[in-house]
Formats: sequence, structure tokens, C-alpha cells
Amino acid sequence: MSKKTKLTASIGDQTLRLLTLLMAISVLVLMFWMGWQMFQSAGPSIDKFGFGFITGRVWDPVKEQFGALPFIYGTLMTSLLALLIATPIGLGVAIFLNEMAVTKVRMVVAFLVEMLAAIPSVVYGLWGIFILAPWLRETIQPALAKWFGFLPLFQGTPLGFGMLAGGLILAIMILPTIAAISGEVMAAVPNEQREAALALGATKWEMIRIAVLPYAKSGILGGIMLGLGRALGETMAVTMLIGNRPDILPSLFAPAYSMAAVIANEFTEATYDLYLSALVEIGLILFGITLILNVFARLLVWSVARGPKGGIS
Amino acid sequence: MGHSLSVRNLEAWYGSNKTLKGINMEIAPNQVTAIIGPSGCGKSTFVRCINRMHETLPGTKVKGEILLDEESIYDRDPVALRKMVGMVFQKANPFPSMSIYENVVAGLRLNGMKNKQTLHASAEKSLRMAALWDEVKDRLNYSGMSLSGGQQQRLCIARALAVEPSVLLMDEPASALDPIATTHIEELIRQLKENYTILIVTHNMQQAARIADSTAFFLNGELVEHGPTSEIFTNPNDKRTEDYITGRFG
Ligand SMILES: Nc1ncnc2c1ncn2[C@@H]1O[C@H](COP(=O)(O)OP(=O)(O)OP(=O)(O)O)[C@@H](O)[C@H]1O
Ligand SMILES: [Mg+2]
Repeated sequence: MSKKTKLTASIGDQTLRLLTLLMAISVLVLMFWMGWQMFQSAGPSIDKFGFGFITGRVWDPVKEQFGALPFIYGTLMTSLLALLIATPIGLGVAIFLNEMAVTKVRMVVAFLVEMLAAIPSVVYGLWGIFILAPWLRETIQPALAKWFGFLPLFQGTPLGFGMLAGGLILAIMILPTIAAISGEVMAAVPNEQREAALALGATKWEMIRIAVLPYAKSGILGGIMLGLGRALGETMAVTMLIGNRPDILPSLFAPAYSMAAVIANEFTEATYDLYLSALVEIGLILFGITLILNVFARLLVWSVARGPKGGIS
Repeated sequence: MGHSLSVRNLEAWYGSNKTLKGINMEIAPNQVTAIIGPSGCGKSTFVRCINRMHETLPGTKVKGEILLDEESIYDRDPVALRKMVGMVFQKANPFPSMSIYENVVAGLRLNGMKNKQTLHASAEKSLRMAALWDEVKDRLNYSGMSLSGGQQQRLCIARALAVEPSVLLMDEPASALDPIATTHIEELIRQLKENYTILIVTHNMQQAARIADSTAFFLNGELVEHGPTSEIFTNPNDKRTEDYITGRFG
């Protein structure tokens, strides 16, 4: 190789490095800039309510009273509910597809699960309004109240619309994410691992428990976190089902409100600066919660993935 | 006591590729039987049929009969069978999320063993037998992946020994070992045969000559010759065996 080509190659590498570095930085800058802009726009609300905005329970635009707690509560409760329902089912689907089903069934079901992810959220919302909510009101909620009515979670009038409906629709929406990602990481588990377990006299389930799941766990956690991210930010389907009332009630049957939903619903009606800035501040809080949860999730994945001492991952 | 194996007309497929073409073989109890043959002749496939591991791969097929103590392995529950017929794989496969200790006792835990003392005693015994104890005794809670390739291979041997099977299938257990560790493992195999029936696949003919009571030569999915090791190596019946042993092919 001549000196000249060597030089250009190294210049090429340098340029590439600079370019990619620039792109990486631009993402960071964009994020900080967005945060800063939101912080600025939320100024009036931050100045007026201070920290009380986060703990405030009253949201009354007529009296210029703004507190974000009901929305934070609604978002966290519905997302948590969605995770609690979608994680075991999603994992079950992934295990079934990867470890149990014959190839044909696997292909069909995997395709259907992927289809679930492609449905627009407004369609989910419509389905929720016309099918899920009436079904909850007439069948599920009365049954829950009958059997588990001693828990505050399942008390009150069965309305159909409310946190249960919001959480369920979110669960259905994040199920494909969790199932697809868990399925992919399980498929990536080397077959030697399965054989190691089987050769020791493991049953199929024991093989999954000692060889497949531990090997795939950090990827599975990643999938769950991606699902959580989607649930936190989902707007349309939730607002169509959650009842849109800024209350903090213990019952899952009760209507509630979510951060994303209130921003979408009230942004066009925000007639004065303080109102508008309060909505922006809710956006800022949602931004912050997502960020914190993601950092937390990262740490979790790291600590779980590390495993015993001296490992490589 | 070890158990006898009797293989009758065993055929095995990967998809449409017929890998074993009718194997008939008697494997005596409490003996070491070595399987030799060129790469790709079906040695691994053969031993993987004996603990019914072959049929766990999609698209595979097995025909014929394998009797373990006169009873067909296909009439037995594969899970119970594999507890009786242990296996050391050609490629070391420790569980990466488990520590060295957990790897060794994994099989015992599957059997419901909970007693700490028993587990620990068994782990030490198995690791000593696999000639790994001295190297790992101070870091039993380290990841199994923190070991070298040869150490991982011995870890897998220890893991298979811990459940005390009565038949042991070893697919090139010494392929990644240095001469000292190899000597240890060969010594171990000689000791084990008091209680175990051992089937060992090896590419190392000196090794087969050193440890095996009988040797079987495989070629292209067929059993060419099976007899006492000394006979196979000094006075083979088949020309192909002789060619292989004298290094004329393979
Ligand atoms: N998983 C598999 N899928 C398809 N074909 C396979 C598979 N494993 C082995 N085979 C084929 O079966 C034949 C026998 O393979 P096997 O692994 O039993 O050989 P071997 O004698 O153990 O060879 P080696 O000494 O290299 O380990 C080979 O021709 C190989 O191509
Ligand atoms: Mg092999």
C-alpha cells in the first residue's frame, strides 16, 4: 500500500469518527434542548406552584388551580397494571412459540402477534369503547367485585371506563413488544444450553427455567422496559378508555386520567398562559419519569446481566 | 453397578440425511468402550441417540432399538433415562448465569436435593474427580464462564458426574485438555468403570488404546468393526480399520 492511500484511509477514518461523534452529540443536544425549552415554557406554572405542582391533587382550570398528581397517578397505575398483565402473558407467548410450538404454528402465531403491534392505537381505542368497556362493565367488574370486593382495588360502581380498561388496553398494546423481544432473545439462546439441561435430566419446563430464561434474562428485561416506555407514553387508546377524570381513587374501576391524555385533550383549550404552561410542565414530568425509569431499567439490566463474578457480559 | 447396552439396527437422520445406517453393537457393563472414526462419520450422533438427545432436534428421526438392561430406552421416560445416562458434550456448555458451584450441583438441584452439606460434599467430590478442584476451590462462586476452555470441559465432566448416572457418554471429553489434565481424566475413567458403563468418543487413538476395553470403528454411518481394543489396534479384521489406524486415511 502506498503512503498516499494510507494517509487518505486515516483521513477517512478520522472524518468518520468526527461525523459519528457529531451525530451522537446532536442527539444529546436535542434532548437537552427539548428539556430546556419545556422547562422555559413551563416557567409560569413552575414559578407559581413550585414543587406543589407535583403533589397537588386539584386540577381546576376555571379557578386557575393546577396539580399534576392525579395524572401521574393515572399514568403510573395504568402502566403498572399493563406490565403486570402483559409480562407473564408475553413471556408465556414467547416460551410457547420458541420452545413448544411446531414450526407451522409458531409461524402463524408469531405473525399474528406482530400484527397486533401494527394496529393503530385509535383502533384499539375504538375496540375498547365498543367491546372491552361494556364487557368489563357487565361481566368482569361485577365478578371481580364479587370475589375480590374486600380489596379496595375492586370496589365501587362498575363503569367499564376507568383505570382497569386503560390498563387492559395498554396490556394488549405492549404484549407484542414483550413477546417479540423475549422471543427473539430466547431464540438466540444456543441449543447447547438447552441440551446441557436436558442431559442432566431436566424436564422441558426445568430446561426453560435453568437454561433458557437465565441466559435470556437481560434481553427479556429490556423488552419489558420497552413495553413500559410504550405504556407510559401511549395517548390515544388510553384517553378513549380511562374516563378522563383527574381523581385519585384506589379502585381500578374508577375513572382516572393520564399525563399524555390530559396534554392531548386540553392543549387546544388552554386559553391562558398559566394553563398552557401547566400542561407543558406535565409534559416535562412525563419526560422526566420516562428518563428516570429508563436509567433505572438500564441499571437493572446491568446488575442482572452481570451474573456471578468473573463473567464476561 | 453398570448397565449393559444393546443397540439393534439403529438408524438416524438429520432431515433427509441418513447419518447412521443400521448400527448393531453390544456394550458390556462396567467397561470402557471407545468409539473412533473420521470426522463426520456419526460418532456424536450415535452417542446422542443413547440418551435420546438426538430426537430433541427438530427434523431428526431415529429407527431401530436400543436396550438398556434388556429394556428399550424408547419405553422409558426420556427425563428418567437421562438421569441414568449422563453425557459430556463435545463442546463444553456450562451455564453462563451460574457460578462454578451452581453448575456442578445443577443436576442435583433438579433432583430436588436441598441439603447444603450434601450438595457441597458432592460438588467437591465431583470437582476432585474431574481434576478441577484445586484450580477452582477458592473461587467456587465465580461464573462458569470465567474458566478456560479446558477447565470448562472438566467443569462439564464434574456436572455430569455429580448426578451419579450409571452410564456415562463422553463425546471427546479431553479434546481441549493439556496432557496433565488428560492423564487425570483417563485415570478417572479407569476408576469410574467399577461403577459405570462408559462410552467415549475420541480422535486420539493412543487414548483409546490406553483406556478402552473395547473399541468400535465407525465409518460413514456404519460400524465397521467392534472388538477388544488390543485386537482392533494390533490385528484388525477389516482392511478399512487397518487403513484408518495406520493413518492411511481420515
Ligand atoms: N445438527 C445437525 N444438522 C444436520 N446435520 C448434522 C447435524 N449434526 C451432524 N450432522 C451431520 O451428521 C453427520 C455425522 O455427524 P456427527 O456429529 O455424528 O459426526 P462425528 O463423527 O461426531 O464427527 P466429529 O468427529 O467431527 O465430531 C455429519 O455428516 C454431519 O454433517
Ligand atoms: Mg462429534
